[in-house]
Amino acid sequence: MAAAAAATAPLPPLSLRILAECGRSKARACEMRLPHGPVPTPVFMPVGTQGTVKGLTTEQLGRLGCSICLGNTYHLGMRPGPELMEKAGGLHGFMNWKHNLLTDSGGFQMVSLVELSEVTEEGVTFTSPYDGKEILLTPEKSIEIQNALGSDIMMQLDDVVSSTVTGPRVEEAMHRSVRWLDRCIAAQKNPEKQNLFAIIQGGLSSELRKKCLEEMIKRDVPGFAIGGLSGGEEKDHFWKMVTLSTDYLPREKPRYLMGVGYATDLVVCVALGCDMFDCVFPTRTARFGSALVPWGYLQLKNKQYYKDFRPIDESCECPTCKRYTRAFLNALFKRDPAALHHITVHNIAYQLTLMRSIRESIIQDRFPRFVQQFMATMYGSKEKYPTWATEALASVNIILE
Amino acid sequence: MTLGSGCHLKSAFSMKLDLCKVVNGCRLGKLTNLGRNGDKSIVFPGCMLYTRTGSAPHLTYDTMQTIEGLPLMTQITLSTLAECQEVLEDYKQGIGKFIGMPDSLFYCSLQDPVTTCPTGFNTNKTVSMWGGGGRLEMTPLKFMAIQNALQADWFQCLSYGVVPGGNSRKRAQKSVDRSLAFLDECLRLQEASLVPQKSVMIGAIEGGEVLEERLRSARETATRPVGGFLLDGFQGDVMDKDSRLKLIAAVTGELPEDKPRLIHGLGKPDEVLECVERGVDLFESCFPYQVTERGCALSFSYNYQLDPETAVLDPSEIQEPNRNGENTDDNEEPDKDMEQITAFEISLSKKRYQDDFRPLVQGCRCYCCCNHTCAYLHHLLTSNELLARILLMIHNFQHYFGFFHAIRQALKDGQLPQLKSLISKQSL
Ligand SMILES: [Zn+2]
Ligand SMILES: [Zn+2]
Repeated sequence: MAAAAAATAPLPPLSLRILAECGRSKARACEMRLPHGPVPTPVFMPVGTQGTVKGLTTEQLGRLGCSICLGNTYHLGMRPGPELMEKAGGLHGFMNWKHNLLTDSGGFQMVSLVELSEVTEEGVTFTSPYDGKEILLTPEKSIEIQNALGSDIMMQLDDVVSSTVTGPRVEEAMHRSVRWLDRCIAAQKNPEKQNLFAIIQGGLSSELRKKCLEEMIKRDVPGFAIGGLSGGEEKDHFWKMVTLSTDYLPREKPRYLMGVGYATDLVVCVALGCDMFDCVFPTRTARFGSALVPWGYLQLKNKQYYKDFRPIDESCECPTCKRYTRAFLNALFKRDPAALHHITVHNIAYQLTLMRSIRESIIQDRFPRFVQQFMATMYGSKEKYPTWATEALASVNIILE
Repeated sequence: MTLGSGCHLKSAFSMKLDLCKVVNGCRLGKLTNLGRNGDKSIVFPGCMLYTRTGSAPHLTYDTMQTIEGLPLMTQITLSTLAECQEVLEDYKQGIGKFIGMPDSLFYCSLQDPVTTCPTGFNTNKTVSMWGGGGRLEMTPLKFMAIQNALQADWFQCLSYGVVPGGNSRKRAQKSVDRSLAFLDECLRLQEASLVPQKSVMIGAIEGGEVLEERLRSARETATRPVGGFLLDGFQGDVMDKDSRLKLIAAVTGELPEDKPRLIHGLGKPDEVLECVERGVDLFESCFPYQVTERGCALSFSYNYQLDPETAVLDPSEIQEPNRNGENTDDNEEPDKDMEQITAFEISLSKKRYQDDFRPLVQGCRCYCCCNHTCAYLHHLLTSNELLARILLMIHNFQHYFGFFHAIRQALKDGQLPQLKSLISKQSL
């Protein structure tokens, strides 16, 4: 077996098979093949910051149908660190996760978590919150850590600026991100088993975005992320940058929209042609007692649920909804962290089920109808539809009734 | 099958206790005809599954189901569920279905063994308990109404417990008198059909550390139609071990052989064996929970069949002696939790586990040990990740339940002395 495999050329670590494209919008359903198994897209990727998705075992996560999740390079690179990770057989071995992993570059956390960080051409300098030492994260260092983590998809180090910043700093960051991409490509040690994604920057400027797209597409990377968005900018600006990016990105490569995970955003951005999404929202909101449902969310801590003997969502097939009532979760919430775990299980199931339904509707060529139903269930009536969503969908020929 | 319809009246009293073997005071046996349909049975010596608000700590149904040897009897605590009375009354289907464990048997105790409650609030009419919302005064009437809503298979009768140590004879006497009065009142209320008769009352033996009062409590309680007995008020280490064990032996000596004896507050492996030798049948399992809460994993060996000579030949089969000691590499501040650590467990937040890629316990078949390493647990603990306590809870429960299985096996094989010496060697 091994000899036969060695004789043939190694398979590229990523291939994208487009199974169906929506007849009207830019939505598409694909199968992305990665070293740790196929990933059906559009896909939502739960975030496992420190080598665990909050309160779930890897077995539970796998059983919910998750085929790819995230790990954070910043956290894992600080602790337990790359040497230990290598000894443990990478992040897969360390956390015992048999499916795919995507790691970020670490840059975003540094800029957002560490107050005293400084960006130079060399990299990002910051003070470690763990031991107070000054650390320089360069593109090379980021890739070195991600190579040690052994993730199936690695992200380039990019120069992150808040999406609300304007002016020359945005342009500088865009050009620097392109230069850093080249340094990341050069530093990558495992191109045969790890995929490096580029991150499109350019703030909210169409010109800069186009320029960035043009430059980055020239580099033959396995996939592209749309970065620098969902940081508090106007939704109008957000969707226009997304749709501009997917207009230019090559059809045969996956598009990853970073940090997006609200249900409406997911549905709209699939329509705009994105394939992959990640967000801490479903797990974070579970910790505050919020359970996601097709019509919004339930705040299970609220008194109104204390005698409500229905499951969170009658149509949900998750282990929580199969066994527990809102009343029990309401009672348990004050007492034991297991309550959070029940809600986390449900919220991840909700996200994954939503993506599966979107995907099926694309394959069955009824995505526009799916969007209509989704919006009607979520918002009740047309007057409540967010304008940006209505406009974004109209831009890809889905006119909400 | 509606509540109180009378069609199941007295069915609970068909519960049957079979003693297979009694060796040096240790009872090996089986309780049959348990549960709603009388088709369930449990073996003893054994333990019950510890829960808070009806939930095995940190676990969902799925993670709990990975545990081997899960006890069929679950312990719920009135203090963590009393606030749900109204909810359960509306729900009508009982605690088992409400908490998502419809197939389990339930024993409801008064207090949560892990929470220390202020004392001195009890009166001759009420017993105080501390739930999430503060103090709750329990009268026999209210108590029986809650039991009616819970529909547990067994429940500890309302009793006047005293914390062991420093009790005057008068105080001990009061605890016995009032507990008997509560028992009679609750039995009267049950007789008046305010509670489905499927729920079996477990009489609490009180009396603090005063031998005469303990004996009186045992004798008097045994004359009442209770389904079993609870040895209450032995927790903590105020009482010295010898006098505690003498008291326990004296009490069980007064109890009829055909009813189960439960104990609260004692659960360390050496304590369990000492109680088993004095005729105690059923224990709580809050010890593995406490071990979990301080970031530790049970690591003691209960494999008494291991030939000590071959064990030496295969070092991977035995744990290093006292992995907690010689902590030259860590300069961690000893905190309160750390002081509680027993010789039966290892503390995974210690730096030495940072690059230890072995399972918590070699050969352990639990979900945690089959899938994860000490290094990963160390990482989860130092990063304050919720998964740490989930995995530790799985391992600690399974290890503890395995220990009870070993006790029964040793009793069957006539090898309890071997198990006992193995445990006491490790308790030092
Ligand atoms: Zn659900
Ligand atoms: Zn284990």
